[in-house]
Amino acid sequence: MNKKMAKCIHENLDSILERWEYRMKDVEEERFFHFMPDELIDKTSREFAELMTSNLQYSEAINPEKLADFTEKVVRFGWSIKFVNKSIENFSDITFEIMEEEGVIDQSNVREYMKTFSKWISPHRNSIIDAYAVEWERTVKLQRIALQELSASLIPVFEKISVMPLVGTIDTERAKLIMENILDGVVKQRAEVVLLDITGVPVVDTMVAHHIIQAADAVRLIGAKCMLVGIRPEIAQTIVALGIELKDFTTTSTLQRGMQEALKLTNRKIVEVEN
Amino acid sequence: MECRSSVDIFTEWDIVAARQLGRNEAKSIGFGTVDQARITTAISELARNIYLYAGKGNIKIERTYDNNQYGITIIASDEGPGIADVRKVMNDGYSTSGGLGAGMPGVRRLMDEFNVQSEQGVGTTITAVKWLR
Repeated sequence: MNKKMAKCIHENLDSILERWEYRMKDVEEERFFHFMPDELIDKTSREFAELMTSNLQYSEAINPEKLADFTEKVVRFGWSIKFVNKSIENFSDITFEIMEEEGVIDQSNVREYMKTFSKWISPHRNSIIDAYAVEWERTVKLQRIALQELSASLIPVFEKISVMPLVGTIDTERAKLIMENILDGVVKQRAEVVLLDITGVPVVDTMVAHHIIQAADAVRLIGAKCMLVGIRPEIAQTIVALGIELKDFTTTSTLQRGMQEALKLTNRKIVEVEN
Repeated sequence: MECRSSVDIFTEWDIVAARQLGRNEAKSIGFGTVDQARITTAISELARNIYLYAGKGNIKIERTYDNNQYGITIIASDEGPGIADVRKVMNDGYSTSGGLGAGMPGVRRLMDEFNVQSEQGVGTTITAVKWLR
C-alpha cells in the first residue's frame, strides 16, 4: 500500500507542489513565499516534498536517522513552527486529494489509507515540534548563561576601593546575585569603599532602587561604605519624581568623580608625576 | 487614538518587553530622553505591580491626540485581587510587599494624568497619560 502511495505521489509531484505553493502563499504572516525568488521557492519546496515522502518508499517504519535529517533541514530553512505545521498539513491534504482524484483511494480502502496516512504524517510533525522545542530551550538557556556572565562582578581597582559596574536590566535573580557578589567581594578584597556604577542600567524604578538600598545597607553592616555612581540626569529626575530617598549614601554623576571621592575617603589622592 | 500595541505580563521578563515597547513608542512620538525615562519607569512600575499583585495582566501603549497635543497613554489592566484602599496606596511609603511604597504615587508624579479604577475581587485598571510639550 505504501508503494502505491509513494508511486502516486511521485507521479503527481509537480501538481502537488503547484497546489501546495499556491496554498502556502495564502499564509499571510510568512514572508518566505513573498520575498524569495521563484527558483529558490521551487527548490526548497521540492526538497521539502522529497523529505516528506522519503520514508514512504522504503518501509512502513520510520527511519530515525532520516527523520532527524528531515527535521534538521526543515529547521535550517528558517521557517516558523506555525508555518512548518501548516506546510505539513497542506501537503498531506493535497496528497490525499490527489490520490482521491487519481483513484488510488476509494470508498473501500479509505479507512486503511487514513491509518497509513496518519502513521506517515504524525512522526514528521512530532519530530519537528520536538526539534523546535529543543532548539528554543537551548537558546533560552544560552542567553540565560550569557546574562549571568554579564551579572555583577566586584572589581578591585585600588587598595580598599572596589567597583561593581551594573549593566542591563536588574531583575530579582540578578539583584540577589549582586547582593551576594558585593558582600563576598568586600570581605575577600578587604574593600572599604564600594562604588556601585549604574551607568548601564536603563531604568531605575522602585524595585531596582530598593535592591540598591538594601545592598548598600548590607555593605554598611559589614563595615564598608557604598557609593552610587553613574547617575545620569534623566535617572536623577525619575528618582526624584518617584520620591526615593537616597540620602544615606554618597551619589555622583560619573564613576570618575566617585573615584575621587572614594580616594578622599581613604585619605589618598592621585598626583601627576613631574618629569 | 491610534497605534495600539500591548504586552501581556506573565513573567518578570515581560516587564522588560513592556518597557521596551513604551520606550520605542515614546521615542517615535518625539519625547526627549528625560520624558522617555519617565515613561519607561512608569511602565516598569505598573507592569511590576501587575506581576507582583495580580500575577498576570496586560499593558497597552497608545498614541493619543487631543486638544492639538500629542501624548502617550499607558493602560495597565489586570483581573487581580484589586486594591483595597486606593487612597492608602497613593500615599508615599505604603507597601504590602515590603517594597519602598513609592511606585503608585511615583507614577502619578512621573505622568501628567493618572486614573485608578479598582474593584476588589474584579481587577484594576490604571490609565496614565503623558503629554508632549
